[in-house]
Amino acid sequence: MFGQGLLSVLIWLPVAAGLLIMGIARSAAVARWSCLAVGFIQWIPGWLLWRAFKPGGGYQFVERHDWIARFNVEYFLGVDGIALALILLTLVLTPVAIVAGWRAIDRRTGLYYGALLIQQGLMLGVFCALDSLLFYVFWEFMLAPMFLIIGIWGGERRIYATVKFFLFTFLGSVFMLVSLVYLYRKAGSYAIPDLHALPLTLTEQQLLFFGFLAAFAVKVPMWPVHTWLPDAHVEAPTGGSVILAAILLKMGGFGMLRFSLPVTPDAAQQFAPLIIALSLIAIVYIAVVALAQRDLKKLIAYSSVAHMGFVTLGFFVPLAYAGGGNEGLLALGMGGGMVQMISHGFISAALFLCVGVLYDRMHTRRIDDFGGVANTMPAFAVLAVLFALANAGLPGTSGFVGEFLVILASFSVQPLVALGAATILVLGAAYSLYMIKRVVFGEVGNGRVAALEDLDIREGVALGGLGISVIVLGLYPGPLVELMEPSLNELARHVLSGKAAAW
Amino acid sequence: MMHETILFAPLAAAAIVALGARILPRSLVCGLPILAVGLSAGLSIAALLRQLGGDPVTVTMFNWLSIGGFELSFGLMIDRLTALMMCVVTSVSLAVHVYTVGYMRDDPGYARFFALIAFFTSAMLLLVMADNFMQLFVGWEAVGLASYLLIGFWFKRPSANFASLKAFLVNRIGDLGLLLGIALIGGAAGSLDYAVVFSDAPRLAAQEIAIWPGMSVPALDLGCVLLFVGAMGKSAQMPLHVWLPDSMEGPTPISALIHAATMVTAGVFMVARMSPLFEYSPGALSLVLAVGATTALATGLVAIVQQDIKRIVAWSTLSQLGYMMAGVGVSAYSVAIYHLFTHAFFKALLFLAAGAVIVALHHQQDIRRMGGLRRRMPITYVTALIGALALAGIPGTAGFFSKDALITAVTRSSGAMSAYAELCLLAGVVVTAFYSARFLLVVFHGRETGDAGDISERGPGGAWMLGPLVLLAIPSLVIGWFTFQPVVLGDYFSASLAVLPQNAPASSDLAAGTMDFFVHGLYSPVFMLAMLGGLSAWVVYQWRPEWRKRLAAALRRPGRVLELGYGFDTLLQRAIIPGVQGLARGAAEKTDERLIDGLLVNGLARSVQWGSGVLRRLQTGYLYHYAFAMVTAICLLIAWVILVLD
Repeated sequence: MFGQGLLSVLIWLPVAAGLLIMGIARSAAVARWSCLAVGFIQWIPGWLLWRAFKPGGGYQFVERHDWIARFNVEYFLGVDGIALALILLTLVLTPVAIVAGWRAIDRRTGLYYGALLIQQGLMLGVFCALDSLLFYVFWEFMLAPMFLIIGIWGGERRIYATVKFFLFTFLGSVFMLVSLVYLYRKAGSYAIPDLHALPLTLTEQQLLFFGFLAAFAVKVPMWPVHTWLPDAHVEAPTGGSVILAAILLKMGGFGMLRFSLPVTPDAAQQFAPLIIALSLIAIVYIAVVALAQRDLKKLIAYSSVAHMGFVTLGFFVPLAYAGGGNEGLLALGMGGGMVQMISHGFISAALFLCVGVLYDRMHTRRIDDFGGVANTMPAFAVLAVLFALANAGLPGTSGFVGEFLVILASFSVQPLVALGAATILVLGAAYSLYMIKRVVFGEVGNGRVAALEDLDIREGVALGGLGISVIVLGLYPGPLVELMEPSLNELARHVLSGKAAAW
Repeated sequence: MMHETILFAPLAAAAIVALGARILPRSLVCGLPILAVGLSAGLSIAALLRQLGGDPVTVTMFNWLSIGGFELSFGLMIDRLTALMMCVVTSVSLAVHVYTVGYMRDDPGYARFFALIAFFTSAMLLLVMADNFMQLFVGWEAVGLASYLLIGFWFKRPSANFASLKAFLVNRIGDLGLLLGIALIGGAAGSLDYAVVFSDAPRLAAQEIAIWPGMSVPALDLGCVLLFVGAMGKSAQMPLHVWLPDSMEGPTPISALIHAATMVTAGVFMVARMSPLFEYSPGALSLVLAVGATTALATGLVAIVQQDIKRIVAWSTLSQLGYMMAGVGVSAYSVAIYHLFTHAFFKALLFLAAGAVIVALHHQQDIRRMGGLRRRMPITYVTALIGALALAGIPGTAGFFSKDALITAVTRSSGAMSAYAELCLLAGVVVTAFYSARFLLVVFHGRETGDAGDISERGPGGAWMLGPLVLLAIPSLVIGWFTFQPVVLGDYFSASLAVLPQNAPASSDLAAGTMDFFVHGLYSPVFMLAMLGGLSAWVVYQWRPEWRKRLAAALRRPGRVLELGYGFDTLLQRAIIPGVQGLARGAAEKTDERLIDGLLVNGLARSVQWGSGVLRRLQTGYLYHYAFAMVTAICLLIAWVILVLD
């Protein structure tokens, strides 16, 4: 009933609305309000999707039509629990990104808000696509609005940052395209379920694995291809940072679950130690780097890299289990990684929003320019401390859940890996709370801090909503995990059954 | 329902006060938390009484999440150990809540303070009432959060902000161990429920864990050591004790509640709770004993040279926590918990008395500026005297029963570290009596200082503060007489604490009865040592003060070592913090920016120039054209790749 066409509505409604706003919105107010309205209207199909989703494995709400018949490319959409969780995350966070630029974006507003909506549609497309070429098209087109958002409304060095962002991600995804074309020639289909079922030799898998890794590692981002992220964040306007950190980074993790693990399971198993090592470097080394940052956005960007390290660690560490295939362990690790992605979406959005709140008022992001913000902005201070603690993985907030599950999974595989991962307990708290100490606590640092005004209603609602989400997810992550569990179990079974043997 | 009410009543009050801080009248801001904690305290006593005549109660609350065969849920397990802890937590918390009405009456953060201590009470209850390891960790971190926010309560003070950050980070080092220990147990037992894991302990004891290819260690040895690292953080055992003295930056009521009576004893409680596991790891127990005994003596010595009234009590708390740990280390869990129980009362009392002195002296904390206060503050003096007597373990007081039993248990043990531990604990008795007597003599006896004119314990809000002092003084003095028989000599804990026969310290044959133990205590060498300590303090602080100067001159070097607290803080501030900062800066600037970024960006420099050319024109107004061109370019590229490769 509702199911037919729901995914298409989700994808194309914001794209169409975005183009419309770009084209006709002449006043800033019209652009803002209509964009926000669409952001909330999108919750309706999202809610219907969630209600109509039947707990269980497999793809639901499937839409399948020919697109480019000559190459057997299809317009093939469908979601499983994993994709649905990320779709809901996208829908929930888009209005936050929209209100983030409410006052700061004062030129070319039509273009900006249009780009945000188009961005949303394309990201939803990535999560829904079940045809790998369609996936790729969404994946690449998704770059364009972000490119504009940073390139036009960004800071001083926006040109450098945009180009760096573009080149890193574009170069990475070219390898994915080559992998997809190879798979097409092998399977005669671009359909993702066909690629999952396609038997492949180990050598093929190894090459394809690195093809996919190039695309996904850049997006996550994994060490050492992470350096585009701090620059992109520093230059991006707040709304862009929110989208970038909260949703765009999740594409990398999602891609791993859609392609790397199920298409090349034996290679994934073989290279798991490599990914584990890179993840641990991201967690430990990047967290140390975060300690030294003087720019709030850079600090949060580095912290994002460290937290995303938990995602890749959770996905791959169970594959290195010495006792052979352990489906429960893999589901645990992947589930931990997924929860970490969702949680990081909320926390990073909130932290970037907090920086935006300060930046809108003081036009600086240097930590040294603040001090004693709690004296003049008590409501902001409470929320900032909450998000910093969530970022430090405090139990009772969403930040704890994913890290806990991944550490649990890691210890069974190798205690020293768990030890490395668990250093985030100390390092994450160190950079988060050291930042709070310098920015929020203390005597009023200077005259500009003394003149600060506390949150307005728009900011209060956005940050308050995120705060409630972070706590609810932390106290009661059960429903989120239930949504994903059947799909995760199915995926775990598929990955561990391997492919090379069938060849 | 009763147990949920105990747990959630203070939390509900905290939430109401926090959200309604601006609109609620002052009477409700303090009244609601007091009523809620009072309700919890009353129901806790009811729960204890129920436990005396019944079986442990388990309450399932809700499923937190389940994945990959792991079922993680929130639930409560109330047995006699839990019930005792609940009574300690809620009753001390109630006293502190009441005291706070007077102590914080002029503070602008009045509502915030009440919300936080009520929140802390619930968090601590969550910790002790947990029926699984995950929830223990949640409570563990929640009390850490409350501690962090309360140490930094006066957030304008740089020293308070430093202390709160230090406390949180040092605790996190311990938490790292605890979390890894929990992960080990989860992996080995396949469950995090106490009941499942504890009944599985004999099987776990036979398991090995590979920590490196070809290198395995017994699972429970590693697990218990990791859990104990967590206990070292929370219960401030050396060398993770460094945060506790600095935590005195927080308001005095929380020093009493969090940093003396309850939270810091969570580590001792946790090891006792895990006794079914620790019993199978003699190695871990020896470590617990050695660390505890070392902490007991070494930190007690530091208390002797402190000049800040709160820091004296803080270092004394460290020492007493060491005693408790040592007791746990010889499998004398019941005695250690009993010392935790009595200590909660007399140490909270001493802190609150110190707070009363501080308030009366207009926030003067240096004992060299105090003296002769017993005439001006008689009730405070008498209660502090009771607290100090109990702390020194003078026969008849609550502290005597617990500490004497604890020392006897260590004396009778035969483990690897027993002889060393016995020596430390006995020397610690002299030290404890010495600093307790010094505290009393310097603050309350001797000459009054010049500006003593307006000192009074009956200032505004005084009654709110004196009431709790009296209420805590009563159990500090007499509670041993009612509880020693069942808890230590009897089998109060038989269902809660596991002791293997070969580890049994057999506390039940300590004495024929309470009176017998008391009489025996009067003639015991432990009492002689305490008298020696107390008398020495009297000699150098009261009878012959001039000897003290000569003594201090002769002992200048060791005294300096003690004043520096063995240099842990110096190490932290001169080496560890700058080291980490330097490492971070190096990593950020050298590796991340120059090596990775420099190399990559240099390689891409030409492309960047090309791209910036495009973008520069993009700004000049032909924006749609270029956006369109870019999108088109991507399409063409895709088309080209497909067509060519096809």
